[in-house]
Amino acid sequence: MKSGKLVLYSVAVLFTLLAPFIMPDFKTQLATLWLMIIVALTWDMTGGQMGYNSLGNIFFYGTGMYVAAVICIALTHDVGSYTNAFSDQVYVFSDAEYFTGVMIGILGAGVFCSACALIIGYLTFGLRGPYFAIGTLGVAIAAGELVSNWDWVGGGQGISLPVFPYDLEQGKIFFYALFAATGVLLFIFLRWLYTTRFGAAINAIRDDEEKAEAMGIHTLRYKLTTWSIAAFFIGVVGGISAFQLIHFEPLETAYQTINLGIFMVVCVLLGGKGTLWGPVIGAIVFHLFKEVTWNYLLGWQWVALGALIVITVVYFRDGIMGWLMSVKPEWFGIRVEKKSEDAMQEAGT
Amino acid sequence: MNSIIEIRDVSKAYGGVVANKDISLDVEQGTITGLIGPNGSGKTTLFNSIVGYHPIDSGSIRFEDKEISRIQVQDIARLGLIRTFQQTRIYKAMNCVENMLISLPHRKMRFLEAFSRNSATDFENADRLLEFVGLYEKRFLMAGSLSFGQQKLLEFAMALMNEPKTLLLDEPTAGINPTLINGLVDRLLRANREFGITLFVIEHNMRVIMNLARKIYCLAHGELLAQGTPGDIQNDQRVIDAYLGAH
Repeated sequence: MKSGKLVLYSVAVLFTLLAPFIMPDFKTQLATLWLMIIVALTWDMTGGQMGYNSLGNIFFYGTGMYVAAVICIALTHDVGSYTNAFSDQVYVFSDAEYFTGVMIGILGAGVFCSACALIIGYLTFGLRGPYFAIGTLGVAIAAGELVSNWDWVGGGQGISLPVFPYDLEQGKIFFYALFAATGVLLFIFLRWLYTTRFGAAINAIRDDEEKAEAMGIHTLRYKLTTWSIAAFFIGVVGGISAFQLIHFEPLETAYQTINLGIFMVVCVLLGGKGTLWGPVIGAIVFHLFKEVTWNYLLGWQWVALGALIVITVVYFRDGIMGWLMSVKPEWFGIRVEKKSEDAMQEAGT
Repeated sequence: MNSIIEIRDVSKAYGGVVANKDISLDVEQGTITGLIGPNGSGKTTLFNSIVGYHPIDSGSIRFEDKEISRIQVQDIARLGLIRTFQQTRIYKAMNCVENMLISLPHRKMRFLEAFSRNSATDFENADRLLEFVGLYEKRFLMAGSLSFGQQKLLEFAMALMNEPKTLLLDEPTAGINPTLINGLVDRLLRANREFGITLFVIEHNMRVIMNLARKIYCLAHGELLAQGTPGDIQNDQRVIDAYLGAH
């Protein structure tokens, strides 16, 4: 098992490094795949590990986009006149200005979203189960509507950002690298986090929050911390997406509640909630499925996607990893007592 | 002897139903105190009031001379006042050791300490307490796959892991196979004697509570009916009447 894991991780690292060169036509696709993996992993932090199913995580993605864009522009220009649709002025960014803007914008997006999660979490973590899901969905929808009416950030038109200053193929590798680095960092971080007392505490909240409270666990503190870490990473990938897409608008790209906002949940359900690899596997399968149907089943692609969601929810509630765990519990170190042994022990005591 | 829990004139009503009426009682530091009464007499309501599960209508509840009737569940738990549930509550999807490690006393932990793994001592403590309640052999099994009695034992071990000053046990022997009950009574006595934990126990099994507690309070219809030593209570005509339904 130990060496098996080593092989698995080596293959994953090699693939991550070489993929854009092996498949040069799919650089943007691969970057999007990493985006799916990251949003799935962050959704699973609260949805799978902590039992709080948020439908509003897309809020952090959209907000991340806007914050990163505004920071990048504001460093060198006036945001209000830059986003003015009636202006005919041309804005120029030097190479240095572009890259500083990208880096500070992305990090600023992460920090800002993290802070937003603390505030929204403080207001919504009193809600349980479906109420939390709907409450957070409401936040995301409301934010999209508000931003699309806010002229300073371009209103319904959205914002156009400067283009990558060098060869665009290199740009694709640049954005792939940003997504992949964030994803790898997030994966390593979560792999460690879930083995700590922190991980155990959020699992306790998922399994029985009332019991966790009765045992004196600082539940609100753990919930806020978890969501704000998740929001940091979503904000960061939102920021990267903004520069990768060059142009984005509020309702269909930034606060895309019914697309990415739901896709991330489907990825996790497909791969297996509450597991480390589940969201990763789910995101890969989902993205492949989506791209294949969008290419070869055009016209029926949404029907196929809907069917996938229905089949997952009805027949594979524990996802791919959950299914593996029930079939091969010994792979995951889960010990199962045999029934006959149980009966003997019972009689003995 | 000084009281660790001091309850004065506590009343609690659910709409028109008065579940607790002007109840006053004391739990002395380091002792085992019993709470008995027929079904629906308000025992669990009183427990819930003590641990802050719901606000009380009037009266005062003090724990170590600190008024706790207006503070919340987690804050009370962090004072070292822990309860177990009548309907056993454990984390079913985790194994016994994980259940134990989650129950580490968070009140003694700084927030940043949560970002570390459990120490070897934590694992030793978990094993030692699982051994204490007799679940050591089953420590790597999913808690949900244990029998109901074993789950109760696990919940008790989890409460001990939390190093409470006072433990409120809601029917610790309910649903436990009679042969296991003697062992459990023995463990409760040892927890009190060896770990110095004050116990406040709701119990229906008269044999158990008579062996366990030095002082017993009896509730009926939400009011305190009688109090005294096990001997007093057993011979109290009002208690006998209450249990037979004459009251």
